[in-house]
Amino acid sequence: MMDVGLSHFVVVSALLFCLGLFAVMKRRNAVGILMGVELILNSANLNFVAFSRYVQHTIDGQIMATFVIVLAAAEAAVALAIVLAMFRNFGNVNAATATSLKR
Amino acid sequence: MTAADLIFYALAALTLVPALWVVGSPNIVHAGFNLLLTLLGVAGLFAWLGADFLAVAQLMVYIGGVLVLVLFTVMMTRVPQAREADSGAKRAILPGLFALGVLVVLLLVATGTHWGAPALTDAQPTTAEIGANFMTSYIFPFEYVSLVLLAALIGAAILIREPRGTEEDDEAGAAVETAEEEVQS
Repeated sequence: MMDVGLSHFVVVSALLFCLGLFAVMKRRNAVGILMGVELILNSANLNFVAFSRYVQHTIDGQIMATFVIVLAAAEAAVALAIVLAMFRNFGNVNAATATSLKR
Repeated sequence: MTAADLIFYALAALTLVPALWVVGSPNIVHAGFNLLLTLLGVAGLFAWLGADFLAVAQLMVYIGGVLVLVLFTVMMTRVPQAREADSGAKRAILPGLFALGVLVVLLLVATGTHWGAPALTDAQPTTAEIGANFMTSYIFPFEYVSLVLLAALIGAAILIREPRGTEEDDEAGAAVETAEEEVQS
């Protein structure tokens, strides 16, 4: 095995991204879909930090990753509020049954 | 292989192996707890890369905030005895093929590209530099993202509120209906 370099991180990030993509497409549970989105965002963050360390030698990648973390937190709060409202209106959190915007 | 490499492989395994359960577990609670391990692994990889501030932010925001929210939502919205049809192998074929195709392309790019010589310097503490950048060159995105956060939290609070006034609306609607019936009769 060769020394750990940028390509190792890109490979790990690609695996994480594809697992998240698969979860988003396969899951019917809305919370499961959200977990897939979290995996995707984390893989993007990993790439930001890795490239910031190996290629650019500045801190811009880490700052961008900070923004991604903040927006992921906001997204999770709104998405989970929507999931709870969905549970109140439909009685389950299955993304396939939530086909209308009102009761 | 140095000790740092071994630590990297351990952290990568800690990230990716639980991620398989996040994706595949038919029990959404198990998926949530495996997401904890995955986020922990990503925090470790951040630390490996010398991003100390981000590693701690990942721990505090993701594991302390987002994950707790996710687990609370899972526990509040679970319908007992209604096992999700998530485990259906047949439905996983098409998404699986698509994700596999994307993975193949990404791996070809990742391994086939010449990324340049990694002239690594020793990792420095990053917190001061990140803070200085937030207050100088990134001041507008910084303020903007705080505004977005405020708007998102207010929006979440409004979305999650019990719909108030529905009873009065119902009574009003019933009153209108009875009035119409009276008019018709």
